[in-house]
Amino acid sequence: MLRYEFMRLALAAGAVVGVLAPAVGFFLVQRRQSLIGDGIGHVAFAGVALGILLDVSPILTALVAAVLGGVVVELLRMYGGTAGDQALALVFYTGIALGVVLVSSAGALNADLFQYLFGSILTVTRTDLAVTALLGAVGLTTVVLLYRALAGVVIDEQGARVAGVPIGSLNVALSALVAVTVALSMRVVGILLVAALMVLPVSAAGRIAWSMRSALVLAMAIGLGSALAGLAIAYYADLPPGGTIVLAAAAAFGACSLAGSVSGRSR
Amino acid sequence: MPLAAQLDDVSFGYRPGQRVLEDVTLRIGEGEFVAVAGPNGGGKTTLVRLVLGLERPTEGKALLFGEPAHRFSRRRTLGYLAQRSELGGDAPTTVREVVSAGRLAAGGLIGPLRRRDRELVAEAIDRVGLSESADLPLRTLSGGMQQRAFIAKALAGEPSLLVLDEPTTGVDAESQDSLAALLDRLHSELGVTILYVSHEFGAVERFVQRLVLVRRTIVFDGSPGELPGLWHDPSHSHAPV
Repeated sequence: MLRYEFMRLALAAGAVVGVLAPAVGFFLVQRRQSLIGDGIGHVAFAGVALGILLDVSPILTALVAAVLGGVVVELLRMYGGTAGDQALALVFYTGIALGVVLVSSAGALNADLFQYLFGSILTVTRTDLAVTALLGAVGLTTVVLLYRALAGVVIDEQGARVAGVPIGSLNVALSALVAVTVALSMRVVGILLVAALMVLPVSAAGRIAWSMRSALVLAMAIGLGSALAGLAIAYYADLPPGGTIVLAAAAAFGACSLAGSVSGRSR
Repeated sequence: MPLAAQLDDVSFGYRPGQRVLEDVTLRIGEGEFVAVAGPNGGGKTTLVRLVLGLERPTEGKALLFGEPAHRFSRRRTLGYLAQRSELGGDAPTTVREVVSAGRLAAGGLIGPLRRRDRELVAEAIDRVGLSESADLPLRTLSGGMQQRAFIAKALAGEPSLLVLDEPTTGVDAESQDSLAALLDRLHSELGVTILYVSHEFGAVERFVQRLVLVRRTIVFDGSPGELPGLWHDPSHSHAPV
């Protein structure tokens, strides 16, 4: 498997996303906002469509659209008097509707589009990998630096707000992190499965972790393992890698739930 | 006595024409331990939000340590225990992790906690008697112990004013007594101003200096000894309307 460059590039890109997605998704899951990744993924779809229409990098336009979508969701929640799920639904459906209209205008309902919907990790180039590694490093560094602040908001948002912690800025930063993660994950698992890598490893880790910090580290390890195992399975069984990666994460959830039940830690 | 919190002729509604609170005047001196009670829907939580500057009065003024509450410049000195913990999800957060979150405002947002902050966290855990459980997941502890962890979190921020909103919800009677005694000890040892808000005075009545009864406006404000017997349960039908 490793003698092929496309597999080496795919494994490297999968490793970056496998670690980053649960690291960012961790804070969403703890705040019971697991579906935000999905919503922002659908906004990214509009960005991909715009990129295809304008003939510029769909990844770049998806990144911009995802960041804008994430920030709009947060602003609607903070200032628009809109409940979190409704703000998400508004942005979610507007994004996918815009995507459908733009794709239709571009006449691009073809394989180009499908690689973003279902992932195309086996076509990752060296340049793609460099961009993925750079943005992944920026994302992970941000998570490490802001871990204590983001965890503090997870633990007690109201108490933090009373004490003057800039909740709004932290929420916007988290939304931007989600957007970057979604844009990077598109090539690995595709828009339709992007949220799975942000949620399943975190849920799995929660079954066996003994602290918040251990849950985060375990989630990243499970995400990494799922990405690498899923790619290997896809290679040897000739299956679509996006699907096998997410199924590997789902299997990890099952295994961790079982282990948690046996050890008495599972709720 | 310098005032920690002050509401002067405050009225408030969430919508135009609505009056959740009407003509409320409440002054809490620095170092006082005050219990506020009232029936559900009587405006207690709204009163807390006005005191903390999370809402602005429709009429009247709200001050914190002499400053307009909504623009209070030393928010990091406010400790707040919310009505219900929002902590959920899948992470088994430990007591120490919860209490460390109390140093967020004072200890800065970026990077790990400094040594002094970690010492304050350990001190706060010790004060509430949870040192032996410091590294246990919160979800493995009783409701009373979980509430102690959140009080330690508020204490870790070295608050000048500690506000507890319905802190005994879901806590058994024995733990409520223990919680009231803990607050009394913290009040004596630290001299912190405590505003305790609940639907009933309960166990804390033995320890506070003042009881305040709220039913859209303040219907009683005095020492526990002055409170008419029937009003000790604020939801009682004889309590004033």
